[in-house]
Amino acid sequence: MSISRLLFALLGSLLLASQGQAASILITNGTVFTGDDTESNQLDILIEDGLIEAVASDLSDARADQVIDAAGRPVTPALFAGITAAGLSEIGMVYEAVDSRLNELYTGLMHPEFDVRKAYNPLSSVVPVTRIEGYGYSLLMAASGDRTISGQGSLVRFDGGFDSFEGKTTVYINVDGYSGNKIGGSRAAHWMLLESTFDELSVDDEDLTLISAAGKAALKTLRRDGLFVFHANRASDILQVLAFSRKHKLSAVISGGQEAWIVREALAASGTTVVINALDNLPGSFDGLGARLDNAALLHEAGITLLFTSGETHNARKLRQVAGNAVTNGLPYEVAMAAMTSLPAEIFGGRPRMIAPGLRADVVIWSGDPLEVTSAADQVIIDGKLDPMTSRQTQLLERYLPTDPGLGRAYISP
Amino acid sequence: MRRFFFALTTLLLPIATQAQPAAFPSTYEAPPGQTVLFKNATILTGDGRRLDSTDLYIAGGKIKWVGEGEVAPNAVQVDARDRWITPGLIDVHSHLGVYPSPGVAAHSDGNEATAPVTAEVWAEHSVWPQDPGFSRALAGGVTAMQILPGSANLFGGRGVTLKNVPSISYQGMKFPGAPHGLKMACGENPKRVYGNRTQAPSTRMGNVAAYRSAWIRAQRYQADWDRYNQAVKDAAEAAENDSSGASVASALLTNTPPRRNLELDTLAGALRGDILVHMHCYRADEMLTILDMAKEFGYRVGTFHHGVEAYKIADQLADNEVCGALWADWWGFKIEAYDGIQENIALVDRPAGGCAIVHSDSDEGIQRLNQEAAKAMLRGNRAGLDIPPERAIRWITYNAAKSLGVHEQTGSIESGKMADVVLWNQDPFSVYAKPLRVYIDGVLRYEQNNPSLNPQSDFELGQLMGAAQ
Repeated sequence: MSISRLLFALLGSLLLASQGQAASILITNGTVFTGDDTESNQLDILIEDGLIEAVASDLSDARADQVIDAAGRPVTPALFAGITAAGLSEIGMVYEAVDSRLNELYTGLMHPEFDVRKAYNPLSSVVPVTRIEGYGYSLLMAASGDRTISGQGSLVRFDGGFDSFEGKTTVYINVDGYSGNKIGGSRAAHWMLLESTFDELSVDDEDLTLISAAGKAALKTLRRDGLFVFHANRASDILQVLAFSRKHKLSAVISGGQEAWIVREALAASGTTVVINALDNLPGSFDGLGARLDNAALLHEAGITLLFTSGETHNARKLRQVAGNAVTNGLPYEVAMAAMTSLPAEIFGGRPRMIAPGLRADVVIWSGDPLEVTSAADQVIIDGKLDPMTSRQTQLLERYLPTDPGLGRAYISP
Repeated sequence: MRRFFFALTTLLLPIATQAQPAAFPSTYEAPPGQTVLFKNATILTGDGRRLDSTDLYIAGGKIKWVGEGEVAPNAVQVDARDRWITPGLIDVHSHLGVYPSPGVAAHSDGNEATAPVTAEVWAEHSVWPQDPGFSRALAGGVTAMQILPGSANLFGGRGVTLKNVPSISYQGMKFPGAPHGLKMACGENPKRVYGNRTQAPSTRMGNVAAYRSAWIRAQRYQADWDRYNQAVKDAAEAAENDSSGASVASALLTNTPPRRNLELDTLAGALRGDILVHMHCYRADEMLTILDMAKEFGYRVGTFHHGVEAYKIADQLADNEVCGALWADWWGFKIEAYDGIQENIALVDRPAGGCAIVHSDSDEGIQRLNQEAAKAMLRGNRAGLDIPPERAIRWITYNAAKSLGVHEQTGSIESGKMADVVLWNQDPFSVYAKPLRVYIDGVLRYEQNNPSLNPQSDFELGQLMGAAQ
């Protein structure tokens, strides 16, 4: 090896070290949940160049730049954070820093072409706050605002990239009573307008009334390869979604689903995925009189694929608690774990999120049971790199944890 | 003549001493409590102790003893091995009943957002006892809670402490003897609500000016009553001492009592300390402003609510004996909540005399105060603060009772206290923990998987008839 190459290699490894990034990482003695709904196993995981290189019961012979002894702690794929506005909403009530929905733009109720990904900011403080709690990806939402079709999004990875989008384009459609009240006083107006809109897709009429030309073009494409996320809680609304999706040959997902358990046979027969908040158990509105804590368990027993969302963006990290409560109320543990790891990627068309050779290494080592409120993520690994596990909030803690403020807290630089 | 004076003074005295008959009094009366011996439980007492494999005996609505003692022959024995017992959980910040489920517009009764100072309104007059949220909270082990007005106003009105028992009326839930709370609010909410109407306050300095103006009016009101009470007292003493009848009569009759004012009744009650001040405040600097204002007017801030920046002033809060009623992990929903950290509760708990409380402000959170406390405990422990469960349980029991002024009656497992007790299936600091039984004043009010002990509100009856079960 020439001197210059040696220097180059040295520099390279120094650079890696300074970023806390080892080119290869060996995790030993993990209690590994691979991401499907099977039980955990004691395994070692070798990560190289961002990918999972090997998973086996003993990889102690493997050479790695860094070895992490998991000492029996759980290891999972990085979790799904639910349907959020992470990177779209820095502060909920600071409206100039919220880009997840259309409001007061009076150009119609149907905006499938409104793409929230254009507004995504990976440098939002919400992203590391969420990531260091063990979350690797989320589904970006176009929040309902006052629209029937409120826009489009997709999965996003919390890897800091500006265009880290994955999977199918998701279109958000609101057909609940609350939004129905805003568009003429009846939820039936949603269906009236949606039917008319979809009718306009099939005629070559340039004189569109309900949707722009761009919206029409978007819907035509998305009908083929997009995923339609309908927000609906009431049993009858859910059945309308199924009928509409069947008629127009749409791939549909239900979000909300508080009364999904009532129509679980129809949901199961249609193969429709339901995204619920498993903490919903109050009749918060007349759309959700049937909200109950064992909704998740009932849907699973009926053979329905189930995902979780918390309705939170800043506190999206709460989602594993949501899943834990579903388990407390009858959902099998491994099913909840799959719903928190690999299943969302599968449903929304992202790259596989399992712990298996050849897959990208988005992995978390936990202090204990990942669904338990007394556990936390000890180490997040995204793309095979150790996350520094810092956020605005860890820095605030570092500033205020010392009992002696010295010259003042402003002088304590984390 | 002597007779006349006697009649006059007895007539006037009740008004004069301002000892109004309690308005809207509690009608809560617990039925006879069960007599129960819990054997070999792990008991978190609520005031900082953990007792392993210990017996607990309740009878006549009270905690009789912990450890060893006499047992009545008719006592029910409950094998509590591997079970945990805590005091009934207490939420100091709930809007159940005033923002009930379903959350339709006609149920929105929590903010009298028509003027920035509405100290005259009482949350209890908005409470809908049929809110299904009460029974859900009961299933989560909550035995008492304070229902507060919202935070649109600087002075939002009086809060009320309720026992979590189903009733047709809020009077039937009212915690006997509990003081009222006074809800006040700092920061964004009042200035946004009124500023948007180009009305005062529209700034934080406007907020403070308006609080102070109100306190000044309350001081004057109190002084008027003090002067009047003194005159009546002097007259009564004069009558007693048989001084000149005519002058005493005229002294009495010329001293017309000040006109009662509901708003100032509440504010003066807070100045006197009869009504406990609960202050919604997020930012550290604003909390310090409020503490200075309390010194200016000579009242005590009992509890700061929400306080996402309370960790920045934990020592000052402890020095001033002010509690912080906080969330485990909420942040970022507005800019005054931007600096929220998950260690907030643990850091407020750290100084000697620190009074940390986990509150909900949520019909979901109130069902899982144990989980919220567990998260806060975890974060404290990960920050190296060493918080065992027996310490963390104080945040949702004893400290909460102290904040509401009911810590002599409830909030810990001590003999003589109300038998407000939760039997858990396991360590309550877990996502898998559930109350098996909830006792309020010794009465079994909830039992897991027992339909006859899972109360339902009237609203829930007959809904979704014909739906597949």
